[in-house]
Amino acid sequence: MKLIVAIIKPFKLDDVREALNRLGVNGMTVSEVKGYGRQKGHTEIYRGAEYVVSFLPKVRIEVAVPSEQADRVIEALSTAARTGQIGDGKIFVTPLDHAVRIRTGETDSDAL
Amino acid sequence: MSGRAWRRVVGTALALCATVSPALAQTPKIDGADTAWMIVATGIVLMMTLPGLALFYAGMVRKKNVLATMAQSLAATAIVSILWVMVGYSLAFTGDGALIGTLDRIFLAGIGMDAISPLAPTIPEALFMLYQMTFAIITVALVAGSVADRMRFSAFVAFSALWLIVVYVPIAHWVWGNGFLGTAGLLDFAGGTVVHVNAGVAGLVAALVVGARRGYGSENLAPFDLSMAVVGTGLLWIGWFGFNGGSALGANSRAVMAITATHLAACAGALTWIALEWRMRGKPSVLGMISGAVAGLGTITPASGFVLPWHAVIIGIVAGSVCFWACTWLKLRFKYDDSLDVFGVHGIGGVTGTLLAGVFAAAAVSISPAAPAGFPGLLEGNPRQLLIQLFGVLATGAWSAIGTLVLLKLVDRVLPLRASPEDELAGLDITLHGEALQ
Repeated sequence: MKLIVAIIKPFKLDDVREALNRLGVNGMTVSEVKGYGRQKGHTEIYRGAEYVVSFLPKVRIEVAVPSEQADRVIEALSTAARTGQIGDGKIFVTPLDHAVRIRTGETDSDAL
Repeated sequence: MSGRAWRRVVGTALALCATVSPALAQTPKIDGADTAWMIVATGIVLMMTLPGLALFYAGMVRKKNVLATMAQSLAATAIVSILWVMVGYSLAFTGDGALIGTLDRIFLAGIGMDAISPLAPTIPEALFMLYQMTFAIITVALVAGSVADRMRFSAFVAFSALWLIVVYVPIAHWVWGNGFLGTAGLLDFAGGTVVHVNAGVAGLVAALVVGARRGYGSENLAPFDLSMAVVGTGLLWIGWFGFNGGSALGANSRAVMAITATHLAACAGALTWIALEWRMRGKPSVLGMISGAVAGLGTITPASGFVLPWHAVIIGIVAGSVCFWACTWLKLRFKYDDSLDVFGVHGIGGVTGTLLAGVFAAAAVSISPAAPAGFPGLLEGNPRQLLIQLFGVLATGAWSAIGTLVLLKLVDRVLPLRASPEDELAGLDITLHGEALQ
């Protein structure tokens, strides 16, 4: 199993959810986060006071999938989240040792 | 009837009015229309502070200080109102002493159902007292903006009470209560000196005494929610119709002329401020639009009721320019942390407007039975008026500066003015009031 963590532009969330649904991904966890990469931040000016805002709002998606499905999910996710502009985000993939569905006690692939 | 006959009838009627009016003005009599308008004006001037100024200010501070900032407007309203009926009104608006009024109306003594103040001869004195109370409230509440984010509530409560009596009340008497500035002929229709120069200078002194916010100039101190400030500006703007229009003290043409001038100056101020921003910084900001509007409103205040509508447009343009300069250059140049630009907008605007009133005053607008010649300014061949205006600005500014400095130092000995570094970091909402926005 793989845990796929994607940081994307907030307005791309619906596109990504639809793309993953089409692949049969049954669930995901979404958080509102802030951060920066190459996009850096932006400058805000209030009555002449300039503030550099380093951390921009992003959405962080966590999806756990069977290993054989991982490549297709990554592909669909990056296609759906891409605008071609700087700040589109990143995808991180890590091995996932174990999973449990709390209600039934099912484990691993059955729990996804 | 022939045209000539009509003219003769109208001429006779006008002549009759001219001879009768002064006699009427000398007999105080409560007028229904004047009273109705002044009740409305009193309500909407109170609305300028609650919730107008509370929203305007709270929208510009950080999220951790929103409630603490609103608390200052609320507390100012409550404290000033009680002290005003106890002693403030009497000291400001009775008698004809050069420096201070009398104690004749202490605890509203003598203000019965039929009482009428000679200063407002067509409305109940209780209404005049209430109307002037709303001015005192907003002036005290305005001062708090310069020390937002860091002044302790207990110190502010003590300071407000003392400042009202020591600084506001004498100045109101000097200008509007037969004191030496009013007698000298100072033109201040609705509070360029009493409210705006006074609050602006006090704000500057307070910002210097209390010191800059932690992280000023290095950390991000961006406003929490400018949409709240926009709502607050709208309420201030409408309320200003009562502030300036109500200063005619009656439902009459002069009130309408003052409202016209007020609205036009606000519009011209807003447009000027964003035009400068657009040109110099590339973007017209919402904060710029509301700052320009409030600058226009504050600046037209002393001149409204004396000037023509097109003068108000010019005054609004000047207001937008000089207040923009004060907030974006002057403040950075001298490195004082006037958090919400009380001095930059109200102080500078009040000085500018008071001087421009002396330039543009048109006698035709201010003709009344009490002043049959009206009040001409520089443009109508009365350059001396400008000197009187300058004298008014200097006198009120000096008293406000000295009084504020002494009172702050006094209060600080008993109640520290400034929140501890830990409290300032955690935010005043939770540390001073035990509440917080989630």
